[in-house]
Amino acid sequence: MSERNGRTANVDDAHFTDTAALDLSKITPPRDEDEFAHLRGTSAEEDVTFTKAERKFIRRRSLSLLWRASAGVRGKLLLTAIAVVVSQGAQAATPFIAGGLAIDWGLPRLMDGDSAGLWVPALLYLLCAVTAGVLLYWYTRMTAEASQAMLYKLRDEVFRKTQALSLDFHEDYTSGKVISRQTSDLEALRELLDGGVNQLVQGLMFMLFTTIYIWISDFRSGLVLLAAVVPIIFLGRWYQKNAEVAYRRTRISSARMIVHFVESMTGIRAVQAFRREDARSRQYRKLAKIYRDDMVRSIGLFGVLQPGLMLIGNLAVAAVLLWGGFRVLEGDLGAGLLLGIVLATKRVFQPLDMIAMFYNSLQSATAALEKVSGLLEETPKVRQVKSPQRLEDCAGDIEFTDAEFKYSDDGPVVMKQLDLHIPAGQTVAVVGRTGAGKSTLVKLLARFYDVTSGSLTLDGVELRELSEDDHHRHVAMVTQEAFLFSGSIRENIALSRPEATEDEIIAAAKAVGAHEFIMGLPEGYDTDVNKRGGRISAGQRQLVSFARAFLADPAVLILDEATSSLDLPSEQLVQQGLERLLGNRTALIIAHRLSTVSIADRVLVIDEGQVVEDGSPQELIDAGGYFSKLHSAWSATMGN
Amino acid sequence: MQQSEQKGAPGAQERAARQRYERGQQRSLIEALKRLVPYLEGLKLRWFFGMLAAIAAGIIALSIPVVLGGLVDDIEAEGAAAAVVWTAFAVVLGLGVLEAIFVFLRRFFVIPPASDAETNMRVSLFERLVGQSAAFHGAWEAGQLQSRAIADLNMLRRFFAFGSLMLLTSSITVLVGIGVMFSWSPTLAALFLCAAVPVIALGPAFRRKFVHYSRSAQDQAGEVATKVEESVHGIRVLKAFGRGDWARSSFKEEAATLRDLEVSKMRTLAKFQMLMVLLPEGVLAACIFTGLYLAGQGDLTAGALAGFFAMAVVLKQPIEGIGMLIGMVFMAKTSIDRHIDVMDVEPDIVSPAEPKTAAEKGLVELEDVHFRYPDAAEDLIRGANLRIEPGETMALVSATGGGTSTLLNLVPRLYDVTSGTVRIDGVDVRDYSLPDLRSRVAVAFEDPTLFSTTVKSNVLLGTSHQRDDDDPAHPSRDRAPSRDQLDEILDEALHTADAEFVRELPESLETRIGEEGLSLSGGQRQRLALSRAIAAKPSVLLLDDPLSALDVRTEERVTARLREVLDGTTTLIIAHRPSTVALADRVAVLHEGRIADVGTHTELLERSAIYSRIMKPTPPESQDLMDAIPADEDQGEAADPAVSANTEVTK
Repeated sequence: MSERNGRTANVDDAHFTDTAALDLSKITPPRDEDEFAHLRGTSAEEDVTFTKAERKFIRRRSLSLLWRASAGVRGKLLLTAIAVVVSQGAQAATPFIAGGLAIDWGLPRLMDGDSAGLWVPALLYLLCAVTAGVLLYWYTRMTAEASQAMLYKLRDEVFRKTQALSLDFHEDYTSGKVISRQTSDLEALRELLDGGVNQLVQGLMFMLFTTIYIWISDFRSGLVLLAAVVPIIFLGRWYQKNAEVAYRRTRISSARMIVHFVESMTGIRAVQAFRREDARSRQYRKLAKIYRDDMVRSIGLFGVLQPGLMLIGNLAVAAVLLWGGFRVLEGDLGAGLLLGIVLATKRVFQPLDMIAMFYNSLQSATAALEKVSGLLEETPKVRQVKSPQRLEDCAGDIEFTDAEFKYSDDGPVVMKQLDLHIPAGQTVAVVGRTGAGKSTLVKLLARFYDVTSGSLTLDGVELRELSEDDHHRHVAMVTQEAFLFSGSIRENIALSRPEATEDEIIAAAKAVGAHEFIMGLPEGYDTDVNKRGGRISAGQRQLVSFARAFLADPAVLILDEATSSLDLPSEQLVQQGLERLLGNRTALIIAHRLSTVSIADRVLVIDEGQVVEDGSPQELIDAGGYFSKLHSAWSATMGN
Repeated sequence: MQQSEQKGAPGAQERAARQRYERGQQRSLIEALKRLVPYLEGLKLRWFFGMLAAIAAGIIALSIPVVLGGLVDDIEAEGAAAAVVWTAFAVVLGLGVLEAIFVFLRRFFVIPPASDAETNMRVSLFERLVGQSAAFHGAWEAGQLQSRAIADLNMLRRFFAFGSLMLLTSSITVLVGIGVMFSWSPTLAALFLCAAVPVIALGPAFRRKFVHYSRSAQDQAGEVATKVEESVHGIRVLKAFGRGDWARSSFKEEAATLRDLEVSKMRTLAKFQMLMVLLPEGVLAACIFTGLYLAGQGDLTAGALAGFFAMAVVLKQPIEGIGMLIGMVFMAKTSIDRHIDVMDVEPDIVSPAEPKTAAEKGLVELEDVHFRYPDAAEDLIRGANLRIEPGETMALVSATGGGTSTLLNLVPRLYDVTSGTVRIDGVDVRDYSLPDLRSRVAVAFEDPTLFSTTVKSNVLLGTSHQRDDDDPAHPSRDRAPSRDQLDEILDEALHTADAEFVRELPESLETRIGEEGLSLSGGQRQRLALSRAIAAKPSVLLLDDPLSALDVRTEERVTARLREVLDGTTTLIIAHRPSTVALADRVAVLHEGRIADVGTHTELLERSAIYSRIMKPTPPESQDLMDAIPADEDQGEAADPAVSANTEVTK
């Protein structure tokens, strides 16, 4: 893992790593001053139609993200545009060299015996060709570099944001959606970035020059061109309005399809065991069909726009010909000039095709950016304050004062008015019914959530004000899910402390009794845990997860039902290691096993978000409350 | 340049990826395209019409300037009347409208069938994937599958709807144009054709390089997706240890690789495109030189020279475009290769050609069952024998990692035995059709996989709920319950598993639970998974440590209810502690891959040392005891069968 980090440091260009400007949540106004509060973040992600003001807001947000993402490569993009112009200019010049220069200028001179007539046009042509070709190479490369740099930055920021967002966000927003933001949405943006600039610049330049030529030659024909702009604007607006909705639909249907896909593959064992293959496939077919229809609809709109523009252009050509034709008859206009103007009129509309294509990718990309920018606008509920307090050394003294917690402003209070002091070094067992709020208590301590009112301090420092680094250094939690990341067992243990040495990793594994099973694996600590740790049993995963906690060596250790899948011998090993580990640490242990509780100095019984019993195990047994009953139940099963 | 070489010793997944890469490199474009024929059924004819429309539009576009020239000449002619102008107007208008119509028709013909082909491929891919065994899914990263299902197929649609047509029309235009050039001046045309020689010569090298980058980039996109997926699924662990930055840096590494590959790919393409501009244009410069010289000699008329170059101008765009389109062809080919990679893997667990069946009683027999994971060095299950009588509840006990979960997976054929037999009601599980087998058996997994749908749909996953009538897995043996019966089943299952907390959820049973039910606690998820297994009403119920995350009082309640419900259902229950064992009539001890002993809890405590070690370990008081506890019996050095306590029991 250290080797990996070493390589990451080499990832080039400093500006790639700076993504702070892409964090849209930082520029979101306070909620009560925000007329678009209902559109902020991912809340309107599934909506398709919006009011005019809303559309404007969303559009601005998307474009602002695009603009921000272009920081650092704007110079490159500008250079690219210039290269496109020069390259196109050089390409546009070649017909004139071949026609005018070579035949009208060169040939007569050559006939007169002047060899310049031969090589001047040829060399000039070659020069233009080389300029056009080399610049084409250069700008294609530049475009790719600029667009990939932007995508890289966006990917990174989306990743950072997803990691920063609190758990309640992830509970709603499935991994499939995140994947779809990271893959198919950014893909849509890529299509725009890869071809867009070139198309736009090429098209605009060409139209500009040709229009100027027409106006200078014959302003009446210029008026026809101007008249043609009116239906183009109407067509364009019609297209934009419809395409916006259509592409938004495709983003939504594509995300749904991806979510279904990811979930079916992740849960493949359940799908097969409960014979849902067919039902899931049908559902997927339905979703794929909806996506297909949405896609065909949006492409279909472009299929109307493109020939529509062509039709308008061709009508304009015919109109210029008609008007000019009569003027030729009347002798007001030269026939040669008319031909020139009519051909120019035909040409002026050709790039509209390219511009329409750009516009099309822009629509598709904007729809995608809507979703991405929405995600980036999400504010993590838990975040570091501006100037966090440091806590170099930590004893592990925890204090809840009047602490209350609810998941949302209008939600029920999950934890009520808690006053609790856990002195440094104490081992506290937290018991209670499933869903009583035990997990909430420890999740507050792990800062998965923050208390909604009151205070929670660690060594006297308000947790919300403590720096994240220090918090993570001092507080570690072993969760219910013992998730293993792809990579080796070693990497998975070292997750909690990447700088740990081999010896430390092995010591941690030995301490929890994981060493033996790891050594039994084909490649020991180097064994790849494979996808989602499929090969490693649930109990073994929990052992690895424990080893992580040992390695982390925190001042406060939280165990959230972390021993459930262990058998008794393994649990005893863990227990034994735990006792040594816990020596001078503060520990909060959520457990439903007597064995775990027995090593506790103190027991808290939680019910409906409140501490209902608090005392040493013996005290509580004597008091004859919930814990006492629990204890007798435990004793009964143990004695079975 | 090549990722796998950087990462040191390649793992199994990388080796497989490497093999797929090489297979793709060896497959020709034609072979790849041939593989798509079944999907292109509805596309062929419409694609042909689309091509005709594209060619027609192209011809009109080329002819409009020519026609205009003639018309203007007519207007200029002496004594022309207004009628000439009107005629000219009508002709240009007509051609203009036709051009627009043909452009419209091209899309109209091609887009829908190309999208249908895309959708069919996508659905086929999905169908193939859900039919693949757990072993397959263990070997493939989720992101790799997902990128094949979405990005690759989008690419193919664009190729069929746009790239292939453009390539053909461009090629035709270029060929016709060169023919016309020959008619003006064979010498110049021959000279112009020389430009093709380096392109053809350098073509294969370009192709190799571009295909390499295109394949690597598309594969890398899958890696990036995998990292994303993992970082979201493992978010709790990352948060618990504050390792978001670590995950981010490893993601960034993958994303940077993707970026670099994409840039390299485009750089290669840019070089080729440059070639496609430089060569023809450079040769045209030579043509100017030669043409002027010939004209100077009087061997060529000025008109022919002008005509030659007019055509050269027309060909400029299609020739330049061909470079980009060829790039697209290769990217499409890569997408096809990646599609084939998955589609070519035959599912290893399928229904037999002639399935057998048997009256449903619930007798489960294991006979000399061996099992080894695909890339493991040795068997995990080494000859297990066990017989579970109909209606009996059997606990299966082993030390952590002893293979109990694996053994459970063999019954509904999530994995197949390496050798030996698993029989249900006297028939080898491999002889049942899969739907038949899996409707007899229901499992509650150790990690309760829930889906982001309603509570009700999750619990009724194994029933006829939300299943179409012609779903092959639809219960056929007169077991399709009515809507009311389903509700009863649901109520009973929730009650038994003590999962009635779901009624307190905001929308009760219709509440959508988040992905994998992450908004619920471990114990809650486990109870839902348990009720799901019960609701399937199987004759064989497999429970993988179903009560582990429950507190002791909930466990007691659930245990009592399960005892009632399980009456008459054959149950194999993995247990790690006495309280779970209490559910069982008998206990089987899995040790070193074999069933070491079978008996009641009390019997085993008395006679089986292994069982006592697992179920009633002496509390370790000193460090020394650590060594006495067999934590790796199953996976350690090859066990000597003679030494191990191997009391095989087959009643």
